Amino acid sequence: MNIVVCVKQVPDTWSERTLRESDSTLDRDAADAVINELDEFAIEEGLRLAEAHGGEVTILSMGPERATEAIRKALSMGADKGVHLVDDALHGSDVLGTSAALATVLDQIGFDLVILGSESTDARTGVMAAMLSERLGVPQLSFASKVEIDGSSIRINRQADYGYDTVEGTLPAVLSVVEKINEPRYPSFKGIMAAKKKPVQTMSVADAGIDASSVGLENAASEVLSFAKRPPKQAGTIVPDDGDGGAKAAAFLADRKFI
Amino acid sequence: MAEILILAEHDGETVKKVTTELITLARRFGEPAVVWTGPGAEAGQARLAEFGAAKVYVAASPEYDEYVAAPKAELLAELAKQSSPAAILLPSTAEGREIGGRLAVKTGWGILTDVVGVGDDLSAEQANFGGAINVSSRVRAGTPIIAVRPNAVTPEPAPGAAVLEPVSLTVSDAAKQARITERVVQQRGERPELTEASIVVSGGRGVGSAENMALIESLADSLGAAVGASRAVTDAGWYPHQFQVGQTGKTVSPQLYVAVGISGAIQHRAGMQTSKTIMVVNKDPEAPIFELADFGVVGDLFKVVPQLVEEITKRTS
Repeated sequence: MNIVVCVKQVPDTWSERTLRESDSTLDRDAADAVINELDEFAIEEGLRLAEAHGGEVTILSMGPERATEAIRKALSMGADKGVHLVDDALHGSDVLGTSAALATVLDQIGFDLVILGSESTDARTGVMAAMLSERLGVPQLSFASKVEIDGSSIRINRQADYGYDTVEGTLPAVLSVVEKINEPRYPSFKGIMAAKKKPVQTMSVADAGIDASSVGLENAASEVLSFAKRPPKQAGTIVPDDGDGGAKAAAFLADRKFI
Repeated sequence: MAEILILAEHDGETVKKVTTELITLARRFGEPAVVWTGPGAEAGQARLAEFGAAKVYVAASPEYDEYVAAPKAELLAELAKQSSPAAILLPSTAEGREIGGRLAVKTGWGILTDVVGVGDDLSAEQANFGGAINVSSRVRAGTPIIAVRPNAVTPEPAPGAAVLEPVSLTVSDAAKQARITERVVQQRGERPELTEASIVVSGGRGVGSAENMALIESLADSLGAAVGASRAVTDAGWYPHQFQVGQTGKTVSPQLYVAVGISGAIQHRAGMQTSKTIMVVNKDPEAPIFELADFGVVGDLFKVVPQLVEEITKRTS
């Protein structure tokens, strides 16, 4: 089975995240860069499926030079090879541009199963699996908390507010996973050493045959008009519990008309 | 006046609150035209009329509920072609965003997700990076597709005709690739849904065990609230994963958020810091969650919460 896991490098949640003053795109220099946390679950699921059913795991990442770090990390977990889509022309792409670019590369490299994290921790749009499914014309099996593959059939538990839906489709397909699905492995020392020798192919917009008018900040279908830091919250009332903490909390709720 | 297309969320008879919020929002920009998929439009009609829906497009085929996202996206694309709306509003729920994403691909129109406010020029306010930055954006290609976060708008009744208009479209084979074969409902009790609730009570590591989550549930029930949990709780298996509030879980912005035994790591704050009022119970006075608190009690949750529940019950009975 030919499995491609899409990976995004994002600013670390634990560092200060902001946008650039110049063009309102993500300020990648301001924060530490890490692999999108939910993508680690996607990599793990890809490795497990390849172990169970045979096949190869390719890591695909679109992003600046630095995104090779995210690809190497995925390779050190055990993936076989990487494809890095890197081009200044991609800077500032919105979800439409990003999905168009990724779909073009996926078409070119081929796949039986594309796996993604259910969303990225920076943009948090949660639309990429749906958009890739629409563009590639294959089933959308998203928000999976469990996956089963039997021959060319794929079945997932799709997590929902009320519990889950069982959803079935046929390979090739696009799968997105939630963190409940597995426990991502840590790269071993051996894995880290081996990753250095694994092939990573870099592709430009032209190499991949991506329509340049569909990507980049200039061609984005949406734009940021302005942004500002959220004003700090005014300090609230903090009381110690002297045996009447619950009563005081109730009084606060009554005062604010919640009860 | 141009139409504003609104995708209804409903359970086959009852209209979800977020739909009334979207209709309320749409009235400012045009004529609210609700799109109802699957059976039950007749049952939902009165509620849609109460909030000012002018029209309800009814695609009654049960097939719309039998496949993931694609049939609804196809329907919206077709209706948008026919009625040239000024905007398309969806709930910014997991499926709402996916439907919007597919619609954006089909049409080439821009999409904005997790929107918390819409300006008169259809520009959208978003709270990015877990609420750390307020961003104003707009769609510049095609008809804006806007996914609005539940609880961002206060629903206000205003009478509308809500004329049912049957739509005779069939779901294409291309949209039937991901088939829903079973729905497993694990809802606990009669509590409101987490992302829709006006009050959310969440438990964290301090709660200590799965059994003790009953304390969080009792506080939630005394307030008519939904129950949430921090990642520590769902990772430990003390509470089901779909109730996780935070960066890798749900984002909520209720009127009142009560954080019990939660330290307030950035991972959790990212999912709740846009809540209007925040109350905290934690024994550690240094816990960062207190920075967000409108009211906080430093104390043992096993003493404070039972007393709080008792007081609430006393005051409300």
